[in-house]
Amino acid sequence: MSDPVLQVRDLSVRYGPVQAVRGVSLSAARGEVVGIVGESGCGKSTLASALIGLNPPSARATGQIAIEGRDLVAMTEAERRALRGDRVAMVFQDPMTAFNPVLTLGAQLVDFQHRAPLTKAEKRARAAAMLARVGLPDPELALTRYVHELSGGMRQRAAIAAALMMQPALLIADEPTTALDVTMEAQILHLLRELRRDHDGAIVIITHHLGVVGELCDRVYVMYAGQVVEEGTVDEIYHDPRHPYTAALISCDPAHIADRAEVLPTIPGRLPDLTDPPAGCAFAARCTLATQRCAEPPPRVVLSATHAALCHEVRP
Amino acid sequence: MSSVADAAVPPVARAASAGALWRLMSDPMGAGGAVIVVSFVLLALFAPWVAPYDPLKLDVLNKLQGPSLAHLAGTDQLGRDTLSRLIWGSRTALGISLTATGVAGAIGLVLGLIAGYGPRWLDGALVLVFDSLSSLPMILFALAVITVLGPGTTTLILVIVLVSIPGYARLIRAQTLTLKTADFVQAERSMGASVPRILGRHLLPNVVGPLVIVLSMDVPVVIMLEAGLSYLNLGVRPPTPSWGNILYDGYNSLRQQPTLVIAAGVPLVLSTIGFTFLGEGLRDALDPRLQVRPR
Amino acid sequence: MLTYAIKRIALAVVILFTVMLAMFAMVFLVPGDPASLALGPRATPALKAELIQRMGLDQPVPVQVWNFFSNAAHGNFGYDVWSKRPVLDQILEVFPNTLFLGAVALGWALVLGVALGCLAVVWRGTFIDTVLGILSVSMIAVPSFVIALYSLLIFAVWLNWLPAVGAGTPGDWGSQIRAVILPAFAIGVTWVGYLARLVRASMLEVMGAPHIRTARAFGLSETRIVTHYALRLAIIPTIAILAVGFGAILSSAVFVETVFSRPGIGTLVTAAVSKRNYPVVMGTTLFMTAFYLFVVTAADLLIARLDPRVRDVFRG
Repeated sequence: MSDPVLQVRDLSVRYGPVQAVRGVSLSAARGEVVGIVGESGCGKSTLASALIGLNPPSARATGQIAIEGRDLVAMTEAERRALRGDRVAMVFQDPMTAFNPVLTLGAQLVDFQHRAPLTKAEKRARAAAMLARVGLPDPELALTRYVHELSGGMRQRAAIAAALMMQPALLIADEPTTALDVTMEAQILHLLRELRRDHDGAIVIITHHLGVVGELCDRVYVMYAGQVVEEGTVDEIYHDPRHPYTAALISCDPAHIADRAEVLPTIPGRLPDLTDPPAGCAFAARCTLATQRCAEPPPRVVLSATHAALCHEVRP
Repeated sequence: MSSVADAAVPPVARAASAGALWRLMSDPMGAGGAVIVVSFVLLALFAPWVAPYDPLKLDVLNKLQGPSLAHLAGTDQLGRDTLSRLIWGSRTALGISLTATGVAGAIGLVLGLIAGYGPRWLDGALVLVFDSLSSLPMILFALAVITVLGPGTTTLILVIVLVSIPGYARLIRAQTLTLKTADFVQAERSMGASVPRILGRHLLPNVVGPLVIVLSMDVPVVIMLEAGLSYLNLGVRPPTPSWGNILYDGYNSLRQQPTLVIAAGVPLVLSTIGFTFLGEGLRDALDPRLQVRPR
Repeated sequence: MLTYAIKRIALAVVILFTVMLAMFAMVFLVPGDPASLALGPRATPALKAELIQRMGLDQPVPVQVWNFFSNAAHGNFGYDVWSKRPVLDQILEVFPNTLFLGAVALGWALVLGVALGCLAVVWRGTFIDTVLGILSVSMIAVPSFVIALYSLLIFAVWLNWLPAVGAGTPGDWGSQIRAVILPAFAIGVTWVGYLARLVRASMLEVMGAPHIRTARAFGLSETRIVTHYALRLAIIPTIAILAVGFGAILSSAVFVETVFSRPGIGTLVTAAVSKRNYPVVMGTTLFMTAFYLFVVTAADLLIARLDPRVRDVFRG
């Protein structure tokens, strides 16, 4: 992996006193699908916004987000804007609210190609072709529709089509299946798996759903309280989770519970206060293995070329 | 804590707290408005002691004078002291607008509660009446009533009350309908509370807040209406001093002595701005989501 | 859309009918009969009898009600007590003046108000935003006829730039435009304040919506987002307020027309009120109510056109 499309180094994002993202480093290479998992409030949405340079003005980012070698953090807003919708694109969580309610889908899809040197008719044809590619039954009709006239699954397909239209080097999908029901989710996952074959950029999928990661990703970053606590290939994370949080997360996934359970297992305790995060391990308060050492900042223990965990108790 | 217990705390407790007053006074607009309003109220209350002259005393020899030490704001076409007339005018303006909005608010409150909590057919009938009344352009309705009853202070108050009721009643009705289905009212009902108890203990304290805000925002509108109708000679009758009829006197002597019209506009503009600022401040401090439409 | 339109129009007709009924009832609630009220205490019995007969007051009440409604439906609003001219003729003679005045007032207020509102959004949270906020509230608060009197004094009496009275010579556009400037200025000031605040509030709400984030994520320029994506949604509440505000415009017009002795609905009806000229007051009120209902209904239909969500609520 010589030249990654996305290279994040030591990224921190704060909103006033809240330290939403704390020293995150990650990378994604061409043709690779990378997952970022964690429960709500772990900072993954802030990370997603940061990756496309769309944090609210109150947010302060430090560190580096290099996209094809150019640092997003150091750029001016105009430069960031030039990158968005061209080299980077995003699929949003809720496609109902992600499209403008008073413009037709076609008008928006044509508008989103504003950088392409094409006529309006050509842009429209490209939009229709892309809608057909993501499996919308009647693309020409769909272009004349408003969002509220489309079904949930069609909207999400349209959102994916919109993001792929400019063939971005980096595609970020923020909870792409959360707003959908189970059957729709399966269809969208199927579509994304299909698309990854002919998409040659990098894809970053942000989700709280381990199933999505298992279905789609090559590598996974597990986030907790604004930090990456474990990273590895899907196999490593699923079959050899080393960080106690990852292990707990996987044991709570309903898909991993073989027998009939009366009560779904949960991780006791709650996320630490991010206005004043603990100096040591953030998970220590909820961890069954915690010792006194855990009050110290945990080391990053490298387990293999691809596998690493942020924990005192992990041995290589 | 169960969700029912949570919902059973009526939201009014928060609105009426001392915090709201602090929020009002820490907002420059609200504080400024409060200061202006209090000054006008004091001026109106103590008019007989503050005014340098009798507002009705004629002095035709000294008519239409410009500002001087003896007459700070000059005199009108009958030689009456303009400043004294303006100070007494604040009594007229505040007296009429506060009485009228108060009465209209009280009637609107009762009608709104009836429409919101009463039987459906009554609600339907009242809503149709409210809608029809508010479909009449306010000024034309006011003028029609004045035609029928003849101009004067009583008619003026009656007109203001009549044109204001639908707005207040609709507000209260909407609030009542929302609250009627709220958890804390449902809980009280399921425990067998009587209708007067629900209305008095739960609905009333919660609908009064928004009503007070809307009333306070309507006071400047009513002051304008009073002045406007008095300007047209269809409101307060001369010689009783009203800012509106002083403006009219000023308009008639505009070319000879502009002081009169200039001076008469000042308290009118100041008071409407003061009341509007206060209303805005109250709204921001108590219920920022409340929408107020132009009239 | 059609169902929606029919429902809205039917509602307007029902309201108009109720208003007519109320107006008619009001005449009967008056102590004393309308004829003696109109003629005053010194009228001779013969004069009174003639007027009673002319107004049809000697007929039984149901006949009067029927006559009133059928006449109004045929556009016959009765006759002036003094000049004996048909009321409708008088209304139609001056109505264009008032309409022109209102349109010019709203026009300049709309341009300046929307501009100031957008400006406040661009500089939200800054000193300029605060100043614009206080300025708009003050503009709302100042009574239009005081502005009319002051501007009459300054621009017509002292500077002698513009005419102090009248609506200009019929057929002479130059004089008509010169005559409308001051009254339209006086009426519009309030509206600049309203619209600036309204546009600011609804713009801020729209700019926070997820679909604006999507548009940003595709790298669209802020200008294009404001003009194509936000303004169209933000303008919807503005149109609703403009229609409702027609009544407020008319109120200011009554006073401002009197200040400038400008022929119009305002001066017509005020003169009639002073002379207790019943048919003119009633006729004008009915005419303007009908016009007002027409404007409000038209605005609702326009909103339904602009916002496809509203029209679908009523579709099925």
